[in-house]
Amino acid sequence: MTDGNGKKDVASFKVKAGLAQMLKGGVIMDVVTAEHAKIAEDAGAVAVMALERVPADIRADGGVARMSDPELILQIMEAVSIPVMAKVRIGHFVEAQILESLGVDYIDESEVLTPADEAHHIHKHPFKVPFVCGCRNLGEALRRIAEGAAMIRTKGEAGTGDVVEAVRHARSVFGEIHRLQTMADEELFTYAKDLGAPVALVQEVKELGRLPVVNFAAGGIATPADAALMMQLGVDGVFVGSGIFKSGDPAKRAAAIVKATTHFRDAKILAEVSRNLGEPMVGRQVTDIPDEERIAGRGW
Amino acid sequence: MTKPVVGVLALQGDFAEHIAVLRRLGAETREVRLPADLAGLDALIIPGGESTTIGKLAAEYELIEPLRKFGAARPVWGTCAGAILLSRDATRAKHGQPLLGLMDITVQRNAFGRQVDSFETSLDVPALAAVADDNPPFSAVFIRAPMIESADAPDVEVLASLEDGTIVAARQGKLLATSFHPELNQDDRFHQYFLSLLP
Repeated sequence: MTDGNGKKDVASFKVKAGLAQMLKGGVIMDVVTAEHAKIAEDAGAVAVMALERVPADIRADGGVARMSDPELILQIMEAVSIPVMAKVRIGHFVEAQILESLGVDYIDESEVLTPADEAHHIHKHPFKVPFVCGCRNLGEALRRIAEGAAMIRTKGEAGTGDVVEAVRHARSVFGEIHRLQTMADEELFTYAKDLGAPVALVQEVKELGRLPVVNFAAGGIATPADAALMMQLGVDGVFVGSGIFKSGDPAKRAAAIVKATTHFRDAKILAEVSRNLGEPMVGRQVTDIPDEERIAGRGW
Repeated sequence: MTKPVVGVLALQGDFAEHIAVLRRLGAETREVRLPADLAGLDALIIPGGESTTIGKLAAEYELIEPLRKFGAARPVWGTCAGAILLSRDATRAKHGQPLLGLMDITVQRNAFGRQVDSFETSLDVPALAAVADDNPPFSAVFIRAPMIESADAPDVEVLASLEDGTIVAARQGKLLATSFHPELNQDDRFHQYFLSLLP
């Protein structure tokens, strides 16, 4: 006889990356209140991201953006049965310790908030709670994974409603993976150096033909067509921030984006869900935003 | 013999992982998103994912009745969220969350707690001896997992339990439910076992 049914191993990397696997093909929605969270859950969101202001407001208001009030996060956790994620500032490991103690399901170490450390990200491996981090390219993604991120999202430019940066970052990651796959094994060492990424992870990506963790798109997705565009480019799912609750009819738009993410190759369904959604978020063209106001550049 | 065609419900979740294992085992596969995709399938897997999302999309695209009909005649396996969908009754489900009611089991959603309580463990699964001569413990990944609270009919066979007696895998005829995710392992025994249920 075997000796199965043994002890439980919590918080292994497989368990942390595993939750992201379960979110694939889904939409994760930014919410600032329990009321929003319920609308998101009813619309079919796979998870909600709790934050104190959506990125469009952070952009408009200025000032320092921080982790949300724990009271608000607890209210959101109480209100819905789907996973709840919350954001911490880059490098702010104490905000992460606080979120872990609340029992949030995922932490987003996010460039949308004001960075707390301009050289280092959080050492994420020791935490029981998994982390998702943003990236603009393969090197950035692999640095975050080396630090312990169990999920990656391309950054896009949050709070703009302009999908152009999300596309740029997804194309950059997938393009670099394609290049990597055409390289001889001896070329990987120098390529790893150029990327600023650990060689073991570069070798793993070549073998897998993809990132070793789930990769969502974020930053500027505002319509069902935007979501389907990112899915067709090859991401595993989408984050929608300001795009839903800054639009005219959040419940309807949220449900439409969920359907578009599932049926992302079915143009007939995409046409049908895109009809009569009301006003989209106003949006701001990324090319009109001066470099110093752009968020995606935060992260090292 | 022609290859079996196994569908994987692809509304949301880790359907690609199931498809990869099935291909490894020589089955033909198809992603199922609309009722028409069920035509001609020999069996179906409902993957892990968010059960409220999968249930909502299944209801909106009128898949509930076709899935019930399919499961009345052919093998269906639900992993995690899929096990919730297969069940007759689910506690802690979201109000109005649709269930297929195919298997006479009561499932408790998010039974082990939140993500920080998710875990890996090894399970004795004697039934897998049918597909593997050597039958070592099966490494099982539980992610915000449901438990099978009760087997509600005499023909529901418990395939695996945790040390404390919690049921985490069960079979009723051609229907299979697991709280955990064999598709996240490189160990194909559960998929082989499921394919052995095909006529």
